[in-house]
Amino acid sequence: MSPSGDIAVQQRDLIIVSTLLMLVIIVPVIILTLLFAWRYRKSNTEATYDPEWHHSTKLELMIWGAPLLIIIALGAITWISTHTLDPYRPLQRLDADRVIPADAKPLVVEVVALDWKWLFIYPEQGIAVVNELVAPVDRPISFKITASSVMNSFFVPALAGQIYAMPGMETKLHAVINKAGEYEGFSANYSGAGFSGMRFKFHGVNEADFEQWVKTAKAGDGGALGRDAYLKLEQPSNRDPVHRYASVSEDLYDAILNRCVESNRMCMKDMMAIDAQGGVAGPEGKYNIASMDAATRSRIGVDATNRKYVGAMCTVNDPLGTTASAATQPI
Amino acid sequence: MSNTTAHTSAAGASDKYRYYLPNEHHVENSTALGFWIYLMSDCLIFACLFAVHAVVGRSYAAGPSGAELFDLPLVAVNTSMLLLSSITYGFAMLEMQKNKVSATLGWLAITGLFGAVFIGLELYEFVHLIHEGAGPQRSAFLSSFFTLVSTHGLHVTFGIIWLITLMVQVGKYGFTAANRRRLMCLSMFWHFLDVVWIGVFTFVYLMGVLA
Amino acid sequence: MFDNLDLTKLIFGRLTWDAIPFHEPILLATFIAVAIGGVAVLGALTYFRLWGYLWREWFTSIDHKRIGIMYVILGLVMLLRGFADAVMMRAQQALSFGDNAGFLPPHHYDQVFTAHGVIMIFFVAMPLVTGLMNFVVPLQIGARDVAFPFLNNFSFWMTASGAVLVMMSLFVGEFARTGWLAYPPLSGLLYSPDVGVDYYIWSLQIAGVGTLLSGINLLATIVKMRAPGMKMMNMPVFTWTALCTNVLIVAAFPILTAVLALLSLDRYVGTNFFTNDFGGNAMMYVNLIWIWGHPEVYILVLPVFGVFSEVVATFCSKRLFGYASMVYATVVITILSYLVWLHHFFTMGSGASVNSFFGITTMIISIPTGAKIFNWLFTMYRGRIRFEVPMLWTIGFMITFVIGGMTGVLLAVPPADFVLHNSLFLIAHFHNVIIGGVLFGLMAGITYWFPKAFGYKLDSFWGKCSFWFWFIGFYFAFMPLYVLGLMGVTRRMSHFEDPSLQIWFQIAAFGAALIAIGIGCFLIQLVVSYIRRESLRDHTGDPWQGRTLEWATSSPPPAYNFAFTPVVHDNDAWWDMKKNGYVRPTDGFIAIHMPKNTGAGAILAGLSTVFGFAAIWHMWPLAILAFLSLVVATIVHTFNYKRDYHISADEVVRTEAVRTRLLAQHV
Repeated sequence: MSPSGDIAVQQRDLIIVSTLLMLVIIVPVIILTLLFAWRYRKSNTEATYDPEWHHSTKLELMIWGAPLLIIIALGAITWISTHTLDPYRPLQRLDADRVIPADAKPLVVEVVALDWKWLFIYPEQGIAVVNELVAPVDRPISFKITASSVMNSFFVPALAGQIYAMPGMETKLHAVINKAGEYEGFSANYSGAGFSGMRFKFHGVNEADFEQWVKTAKAGDGGALGRDAYLKLEQPSNRDPVHRYASVSEDLYDAILNRCVESNRMCMKDMMAIDAQGGVAGPEGKYNIASMDAATRSRIGVDATNRKYVGAMCTVNDPLGTTASAATQPI
Repeated sequence: MSNTTAHTSAAGASDKYRYYLPNEHHVENSTALGFWIYLMSDCLIFACLFAVHAVVGRSYAAGPSGAELFDLPLVAVNTSMLLLSSITYGFAMLEMQKNKVSATLGWLAITGLFGAVFIGLELYEFVHLIHEGAGPQRSAFLSSFFTLVSTHGLHVTFGIIWLITLMVQVGKYGFTAANRRRLMCLSMFWHFLDVVWIGVFTFVYLMGVLA
Repeated sequence: MFDNLDLTKLIFGRLTWDAIPFHEPILLATFIAVAIGGVAVLGALTYFRLWGYLWREWFTSIDHKRIGIMYVILGLVMLLRGFADAVMMRAQQALSFGDNAGFLPPHHYDQVFTAHGVIMIFFVAMPLVTGLMNFVVPLQIGARDVAFPFLNNFSFWMTASGAVLVMMSLFVGEFARTGWLAYPPLSGLLYSPDVGVDYYIWSLQIAGVGTLLSGINLLATIVKMRAPGMKMMNMPVFTWTALCTNVLIVAAFPILTAVLALLSLDRYVGTNFFTNDFGGNAMMYVNLIWIWGHPEVYILVLPVFGVFSEVVATFCSKRLFGYASMVYATVVITILSYLVWLHHFFTMGSGASVNSFFGITTMIISIPTGAKIFNWLFTMYRGRIRFEVPMLWTIGFMITFVIGGMTGVLLAVPPADFVLHNSLFLIAHFHNVIIGGVLFGLMAGITYWFPKAFGYKLDSFWGKCSFWFWFIGFYFAFMPLYVLGLMGVTRRMSHFEDPSLQIWFQIAAFGAALIAIGIGCFLIQLVVSYIRRESLRDHTGDPWQGRTLEWATSSPPPAYNFAFTPVVHDNDAWWDMKKNGYVRPTDGFIAIHMPKNTGAGAILAGLSTVFGFAAIWHMWPLAILAFLSLVVATIVHTFNYKRDYHISADEVVRTEAVRTRLLAQHV
């Protein structure tokens, strides 16, 4: 109820308006309940007692009609606001008073929900951060959201509504922060043992501070977030401290979204394309299961459970099947 | 829902039997209705499985599809087995109307045999697919295929067990009212499974091959 | 040959000594308490030689009245367990801030909130509602029993079997840590490899069979077994709501069965319905489970709407306002409840048009619901209201439920839901409608029909205490959660960082304590009423000046319910009879055809419990054996053709003569 982003502001106003509309019915009902209970109590012999009166067309019309009118009003508000505040819809305004400047370029942030931390990738800036989100004030943000293992929900209440983060799928959220400050962010869908610790801070800062933050991360010693660093990061952990990577592989998010960070694994988009053509016939289709071998697993430092997945397609030009998996960085 | 026509009279309160029946109230037997409702709930389970197949029926996970796997001639033979079994069950019911115990039991036996052949062929198909590497674990499509067809097959299997039990009971006790009701219920069950199978071979096999 | 280890694994599956929680003090203490209590109860039963009586008169009974009472007892016992989980959650959340980690580690806390939801919905609310419908509906329609008395007994035992499995998970192994609906991929084999989700699946599948059969049973009963002259529009409103509820059960529970079966296939066979890879689709689970889940909450609430209709009419000594309107509203709610399921996951990203459609259908449901509230209100208008305990619960409901309904419509606006989904606001909303609606209604119904079931009223002083503690406790416990939700706090958290939130949780914990006292008062009420039963005795069978047929019988009714099947001419049949000078016949009794008791239900359900336990622990030989035994036992049962008997005319004469004497002494 103390929003600092335009979307969140509109959502708060919506909640208030809807509540007031309904109180129009609810308050009289509660008052009448108490009133009738008092007035028609058995000991009050002055009140009229009409035991056979059980029907009144006029009353029925009102009983069905009044709520119907309220719901029609609410329904119209719902239709309009749901389309206006659709998380997939790019922003139309900066806030109630300002439109988006013509030259404004949205900040793209790619979000990955892990067990049990958040990874934010800034593709234009070429950095990645764990458990810290920073954005400049009054610049529209385009979030692209996915998850690595189970369903989570990306939520910064002061900024905008939440949206589910799901493995193998991408959801989107468009928002803008109008006030500088530090805000709470967390997962709003239970995801396992470390759920309560899956929190991050969202910082709204001015443009200069934002550029400074990016520069500091790039110059720092956070290391590079490549495929094997990601595979290590993916391992379950709790309450991770903030970690800023100095660089991030360009295609890493795409690989995460398509679940092919392992280089011998088929990407989901390739799999879906193959399925649309009718799958793979013959033994190639039945025995193309792969997994990460023990040596690679121990080198990267991932756990011993050997997970199986559909293996990448190899060709003469691409014996490891890595091109189709769009790996520009070796493991 | 019997009526009270025997007790209407002009004056209300003075009529002694206005508010109660002096004789035993014979309630109509509810078994057929109850079984119908159960069958509709079973239909909903199948509907759910068909819906699941509609969602994941093309998710081959870069594996085999129906076009490659399904042996339509075999499925056609299977279908005919099941359809014939429905016809023979119908004949069994006709013999029941005529009160012919042995004839009924004979047709029931043939029905059971057709059903057993159906199950046998289906198991053969499954074993073959699994042996090839196209088992239910390979992809969501295969999971859905195996589950839908197996659920139907399990129902047929239980139907055969029920059929054998009923044959013993009719053989021992004849066409009592209870046994007639049971034969009627099994009849509904059997024809229902037939209808579901038509759905299966249309939406799963035929459309799976066309994809 | 076989070495010992292989044989152990074959027999015991994955069950080892590690499954017993020797190292968890809370569980160990609970187990000791339960063991002592259990030994005391079993010992008392043995000492007073009650086993034979219990088996003959109750466990094997196919009498809908006895089965209804057993359902209610099961529900109340499980209420204590589910409430204990609630108390633990409130305590943990009130304590666990900053450095204080509370007393429940996440591993344990996550099981507690899952078990709380599962138990309250499936093993408290469902049995209580089913129990009331079972007891009341045949009496209200003038029938002797339900359409399928054996199935009724079997349904009860299957529900009890599910409850036993859930309770076992407390001491052998652990329960699911997924939330009460067990969304995959979290509930899949990869992320929940242990037995918890399997306990969840099997207890619900077994109980689900019972519920589905019960639905078929009551549906056939209401359609086929009404007394002559009782047309559909002459049925009592509680029977109407029972009819619609059972339609919902038959139409919704098969979906739950199918979805849980698919999840269990993923876990047992390695299929890929809901996995992340190989083509699985977790969103499909969410859709299917809520296609069941939304009708489920209407299954819980419609019967209590029926209870309130009966209670308001009786205690205002006035005919229910707008009977036809009530019936139409119930039917409309039944149909619409299938068109709203997506409102449980607006945030899954379905797109604005889809979200709007489901938001608007959800709002439309509030219209017939509101109509019902108004009709109760106008039944009170110009009535003569007696504030007996059931009426108190009703007025409490009318005030509380409308607030919950309002917050529900608010959540139905998708952009509002984007902010409030999965927050404590949501928790407050559904507890608002479930406690304010379902629980208040169940308390009203239990108090209202208790004299009919047991022959004496419940003590009204302790009943009023229970009501006030529940009512005030509810507001203290859940209004803070609305505030917290609006502040952005999400659900299922076992630890918090922001100390400014703690006061709200402490207030909520205080509310839970008040509710605990309310439950305590209810238990005291049961004991005190039993002790004072002679002074609370219901001699006439009609202690509240009721309007429907169940009040025409003695309290408790004889096994056959009605010596003569009633003939109905109008709504409020019993009121009509009383108004027109109905005189109870005292002779001309005939023999009555009744179904026999049977142990088959308990035996089959017992085998199901064994099967479920074996399946959970991967004890394959035992599972196969149990399953085969089930099949064989069922077949053996079908060979039993002699399922009924006649109550002789003499016995009816004697039973009715006792009643005649009682009525003469107390007119």
